[in-house]
Amino acid sequence: MSDLQRERLAYKRSRSRRSTAVALLSTVVFAAVLWFSVRRAPGWPRVRQSFFNLDTAWRTLPAVLDGLWLNVRVLVVAEVAILVLALWIAAVRTLRGSVWFPLRALATGYVDLFRGLPLIICLYLVGFGLPGLRLSGVPNDPVLLGGIALVLIYSAYVAEVFRAGIESVHPSQLAAARSLGLNHEKTMRLVVLPQAVRRVFPALLNDFVALQKDCGLISVLGAVDAVRAAQIESSTSYNFTPYVVAGLLFVLLAVPSGRLADWVSRRAARREGAR
Amino acid sequence: MSQAVLSVRGMVKRYGGTTVLDGIDLDVREHEVVVLIGSSGSGKSTLLRCANLLEELDDGQVLLDGVDVSDPRVDADVARRSMGVVFQAFNLFPHMSVLENVTLAPRVVHGVPREVANDRARDLLARVGLADKAGAYPDRLSGGQQQRVAIARALAYDPRLLLFDEITSALDPELVGEVLALVRELAGQGRTILMATHEMGFAKQVADRVCFLDGGKLLESGPPEQVLGEPVHPRTRQFLGRIIDAGRL
Repeated sequence: MSDLQRERLAYKRSRSRRSTAVALLSTVVFAAVLWFSVRRAPGWPRVRQSFFNLDTAWRTLPAVLDGLWLNVRVLVVAEVAILVLALWIAAVRTLRGSVWFPLRALATGYVDLFRGLPLIICLYLVGFGLPGLRLSGVPNDPVLLGGIALVLIYSAYVAEVFRAGIESVHPSQLAAARSLGLNHEKTMRLVVLPQAVRRVFPALLNDFVALQKDCGLISVLGAVDAVRAAQIESSTSYNFTPYVVAGLLFVLLAVPSGRLADWVSRRAARREGAR
Repeated sequence: MSQAVLSVRGMVKRYGGTTVLDGIDLDVREHEVVVLIGSSGSGKSTLLRCANLLEELDDGQVLLDGVDVSDPRVDADVARRSMGVVFQAFNLFPHMSVLENVTLAPRVVHGVPREVANDRARDLLARVGLADKAGAYPDRLSGGQQQRVAIARALAYDPRLLLFDEITSALDPELVGEVLALVRELAGQGRTILMATHEMGFAKQVADRVCFLDGGKLLESGPPEQVLGEPVHPRTRQFLGRIIDAGRL
């Protein structure tokens, strides 16, 4: 190594040591300011008592965890239904030709309606309106009805994500598939969708995390999920800590999804070669 | 003379107000190599895309072995099974390995069992000099290698007719040779080929017939020595003059 290069490396090392030190110092200062200003707030002792009470947290954890297990089950079933329904809607929306106009219009109307409708109103309409009809065979289980409302709203969002992916696949890929004699259905299934899904995977996981927490909204229909369990616990103890417990559990639930997204995109990049 | 494998009759194609193909008549007979030449925008690619029914005709017919496949009552997917297309930009499927790209059509269109399709694809890949790349993904290959995979993919179901759309135009000059050598070999095996190209030297050596397209019309057609050597039409002379000036003939 030449002296010139040695001198340059030494300079780069000293610069990087300097920036590490600056980052460390500013983080410590920032955390200290935050800590002291919160602690100096006049209401801090009361807030700590009613939101961050360790005893209450520990005592109510089992009940909230029980509720969370319901959220997880709703999440898994709803997500599968959403992916299937959304894929159908997206595929219908990309059909060309006037024969398909009624189906296409239906799919477009569905997306417009359920993407615009607030989830909470949809929950009320499905959760209280459907059983109110008193038709035979209509369920009145709040978990099932809440799940249906989530599927209705989220499949509209996810359908648009799929459609964006489908339309991002270059027309030359379609031409290549058709030139080999593949029909429209096989072209979509074997050539377009695998590429489309790979491209929108991060967006899909984003919607999945949003669904994770919106699963907590089925509590408004009376289902005893994590949020409802926290509500019951807090009303008996006059303490809001159970809500914080439920909130932290939802956050913990979301962390693996983020790591999964990173892992999947890394794996895809490795397989297809660096772009 | 035997019946043409491909017959184009009065083919018209418009995009918006522009007439891209203005009544093309062209026959490609069995074992014949027909080369389309002409400047960019003359309609060469559109002619090939229309022949493969990737574009709908605005008038005229495409006959495959005498059957009118441009008729809307004919299943275009079935008609395409007897044609193999290679595109300028390769258009390999990036989410599939080389082997999967080559075996896709035999397996899902022609119902060939996976093992048989794989064996045949490996033979084909060996013939195009890529036996060791079967498991690789297209992004890891050079342009010339990708285009040879695309040719193997088009050959995998043994089509009656090959359509090559400027298959060397997206390649570095040093990679053009390997692809042209492969086309020369296919021509030598008696394959029926209709190709658009800017490689005039190659056209001169390999073509049975050269067709000059200009403004959507087939202005001149004949043996390469005649069309490239003693062109009749002033537009052909002008076009070839420019090619010679550019040092490509």
